[in-house]
Amino acid sequence: MLVIPCPYCGPRPELEFRYGGEAHIARPEDPSTLDDEAWGAFLYLRSNPKGLHAERWRHIHGCARYFNVVRDTISDTILASYKVGEAKPDMDALARILAGGPRAAAGEEKSK
Amino acid sequence: MVETAIRTGALDALSARAPAIAAASLRTCPPASRFNFRGRPEAFGPAGEAFGVALPQTACRAASESGRHALWLGPDEWLLIAGDGEAAEIAAKMESALAGLPHSLVEVSHRNTALEIEGSHAADVINSGCPLDLSAKAFPVGMCTRTIFHKAEIVLWRIAENRFRLEVWRSFAAYVWAQLEEARREYGA
Repeated sequence: MLVIPCPYCGPRPELEFRYGGEAHIARPEDPSTLDDEAWGAFLYLRSNPKGLHAERWRHIHGCARYFNVVRDTISDTILASYKVGEAKPDMDALARILAGGPRAAAGEEKSK
Repeated sequence: MVETAIRTGALDALSARAPAIAAASLRTCPPASRFNFRGRPEAFGPAGEAFGVALPQTACRAASESGRHALWLGPDEWLLIAGDGEAAEIAAKMESALAGLPHSLVEVSHRNTALEIEGSHAADVINSGCPLDLSAKAFPVGMCTRTIFHKAEIVLWRIAENRFRLEVWRSFAAYVWAQLEEARREYGA
């Protein structure tokens, strides 16, 4: 089971959470001006990367808040967790931490 | 003819035949008034003042004052617990204190039922269906949280070192009770 750090409640078991898909996807300001292709892209096209992924999680069986997490889709290492509205962390810097191995990433978490 | 409403607790039948196990004793809590309060930061102060317990601002902490309890559930959400039959008075008092401030105050007295588990193995019994770290360091006395027990959502509150209160939705109560009963049988004489 993953242990996911909720920015409000701290580290919690995965089963208290629901996945919310990719983060930082802004709804178009005026959907009526979009053509079908652009609207379809907003609705359905996601980056699905192999590597670091910024994604939304909801602590539904806890504080019930949405927040964002940066997770490595290969190893499931979670590198960052931050509140909705906060800026996306520097993904390149996180990738360098990850390159040092999951243990280095855990050490980085502790030193915060 | 006067019709008399007879109040039956969701767990009355089950608790009546529960075996006595000192290492993990299980009992139902008396009926209580409960509210779910949500609001913006401006409303936190007046709400706590009207209820009689300052709403705890620290995550996952409960505060108590003369028989009333406020449990932090989320950054803008609390579970308020008071004595049975006090709901109307509390609602009126809080509504007048919060006039003009956006908030929601929902009475959930009968939605939940509560039970307590006490004894040296209380944490172990809860851990049979809940993966939270219940060591005194990670989950100190006074900590409360919404979490999952087997398949049911509960509010878990550590009242004392070896004493936990579980707030359970009424319709899940029999299920939660049965799972606790199953787990604590191990510690019977």
